[in-house]
Amino acid sequence: MKTNFWRTIEAIIWKDLIVELRNREMLSAMLVFALLVMVIFNFALELQPRMQKELTSGILWVVFSFAGTLGLNRSMAVEKDRGCLDGLLLAPVDRSAIFFGKSISNLILMVIVEAIILPIYNILYSVNLFQPGLIFTILLGSIGYITVGTLLSSMVVQTRSRDIMLPILLFPLVIPVLIAAVKAGAGFLQNAEMAGILPWINLLVIYDIVFLTIAFLVFDSIVEE
Amino acid sequence: MQSKPRLLASLDIVCILLFASATFMVFFYAPLEVVMGMVQKVFYFHVASLWVGMLGFLVGGISGVIFLRTGNHHWDIVGLAAIEISLVFFFIGIVTGSIWARSTWNTWWTWDPRLTSAAIVELIYAAYFILRGGIDEPVRRARYGAIYAILGFVSVPLTFFSIRLFRTIHPVVIGNVNAGSQGTFNMAPMMLQTFIFSLFVFTILFADLLWHRIRLGQLAEDVEQRKLDAFHSQ
Repeated sequence: MKTNFWRTIEAIIWKDLIVELRNREMLSAMLVFALLVMVIFNFALELQPRMQKELTSGILWVVFSFAGTLGLNRSMAVEKDRGCLDGLLLAPVDRSAIFFGKSISNLILMVIVEAIILPIYNILYSVNLFQPGLIFTILLGSIGYITVGTLLSSMVVQTRSRDIMLPILLFPLVIPVLIAAVKAGAGFLQNAEMAGILPWINLLVIYDIVFLTIAFLVFDSIVEE
Repeated sequence: MQSKPRLLASLDIVCILLFASATFMVFFYAPLEVVMGMVQKVFYFHVASLWVGMLGFLVGGISGVIFLRTGNHHWDIVGLAAIEISLVFFFIGIVTGSIWARSTWNTWWTWDPRLTSAAIVELIYAAYFILRGGIDEPVRRARYGAIYAILGFVSVPLTFFSIRLFRTIHPVVIGNVNAGSQGTFNMAPMMLQTFIFSLFVFTILFADLLWHRIRLGQLAEDVEQRKLDAFHSQ
């Protein structure tokens, strides 16, 4: 049974990645959108070199969360529109495996976008972002963001105005993630003391664990007919 | 159609009386705060409204859990009723806080973490109604509503915790020893009595409103059912 669970997750991840590899629909949209947001920030805030260190973490998270909603919306809409979701649900597998499969493939996409955005930001604004602490924070934040996002997007695809619904539902719930990730990231960038950063990291870890557990418990009732 | 229960009618009257005496206590029993003056009186109903807000969100979360476990439609009505009432009370709490802040902090709104998190909580539950509004199918609406109520209620303490890590200028009235310059004050015994009484009154008021709202929900469902029956018998 356990091996079956993992095999299901693996199969779903592969399916999503192969689909993405073939049409590159989501990745290209997320990337271009993320770059656009960065350019808009440049005009809107008139980023000065000395301000950048404080603002970098916040700007990165705005970019990630906006681009993330695009990806999450698309990822579930594709399943729904082509009847793929029904097929997945008909399969005699544990349904939480479907959730984790979708979450992990969403996470992989988000991490790919982040991995491209970070060096670009590095070049454009000459802030050194290659710090293990910062990258670890971004990863923790992305896990929380994607967990709640995947859960909500699987609800949102069943509603009437699904495209506008996801950010409205998602953003107020992920505020703790955004605050903690921005604060911890800024702490790492400014070489703050670890004692000041640690509470934020703890908050991120707690958030991730709590919402992963809830998602595991309630996903069945989202997809049941 | 069942008529209004006698107990509910008497609870209404008790509520009106209690509310009148709470208002009386706020204005005539509790002493005037020396530094802030009259505007401090908003504090009693400010905290009581927010308390009712949180209480309702808790009831909403618990009803959500029970609904998902049992599938009993009644709990969806309870959860919806509690959250609807609480959204209003929470808003009242924010507005009264804003009135107080205008006089004490000299601004309607600051991005103080506690104010910010109150705004976020309000937005979470506003989203709850947007979600419900977007789903036509009653069973699915109930299920998704329950899930969102649970998610929302779990994220509230995390949001509040994340603001605790910030520096806050919001006064900590309860459990604070010395009065500070940011609008903190020590409660005189008569103030404390008024405060506790306000909390009590608002809790009863919440129970009364909840009962009304649940009845309304049941009646609405009844009407819906009759419409369906009439439609099918044609």
